[in-house]
Amino acid sequence: MIIRQIAFFVFAGLTAVASVFTVVTRNVVHAALGLAGALIGAAGLFILFGAEFVGLAQILIYVGAVVVLFLFGIMLTQTPGKPTVDNDRQALAALVALGVFVVLAAGILTAFGSRKVDFDVAFPTKEIGTEIFTTWILPFEAVSILLLAALVGAIVLARRD
Amino acid sequence: MPVAAPLLLAAFMFACGTYGVLARRHGVMLLMSIELMVTAGNINLITFSQLLHDSIGNILALFVIAITAAEVGIGIAIVMMIYRQRSTVAVDDLQLMKW
Repeated sequence: MIIRQIAFFVFAGLTAVASVFTVVTRNVVHAALGLAGALIGAAGLFILFGAEFVGLAQILIYVGAVVVLFLFGIMLTQTPGKPTVDNDRQALAALVALGVFVVLAAGILTAFGSRKVDFDVAFPTKEIGTEIFTTWILPFEAVSILLLAALVGAIVLARRD
Repeated sequence: MPVAAPLLLAAFMFACGTYGVLARRHGVMLLMSIELMVTAGNINLITFSQLLHDSIGNILALFVIAITAAEVGIGIAIVMMIYRQRSTVAVDDLQLMKW
């Protein structure tokens, strides 16, 4: 049990630090690597919470595909000289973000402040697969169409003609 | 473990994403901040899945991951279009459709 708590705080710390690093660093490539760190930390949390399939899908899709896509995007949109990555409204943005966090935290602590959870239920891949291909088959097919449309749309947009 | 711990982490991550969306002017970094916000939502889904002993949160998180992958593909394509048209990725300069 104690090992789970330690693992939780390790992954949560990685996620939190990498999230902050992603939004404050002034180097675009460093931001992409920070995002990869945050997503790996979140994937560790998912596996810790019994959602092993979601955690592995997170690593495969986000860290494997999305971050690589971001790196390609950064590479293909290089501007000469040092790019300005921030606008001049950082103080206002920080204030808004702080407000969002305070409101969310107050809501969470009011609603779930005293509830405990053991994180002892596992969701095996077999069960998830059965659920997706029976109860959730229509949304699953809709997502297939969406991905196809996104593929075609991205090619049409990014094509040189 | 108190269930508020992962929820507070998700709230913090969402706030980071909010700050990024508001303060960044580089198009790709804007998309990265949106990724942070989406992942915060996924952490919530997984936590509630565990709290309610129901696999629905896992399934919704999978759908969210798939939809976000589509969103990032289109987003990067749009950023590349903007770069090709205007040789910049600063989203603050895009005011063609403003008023």
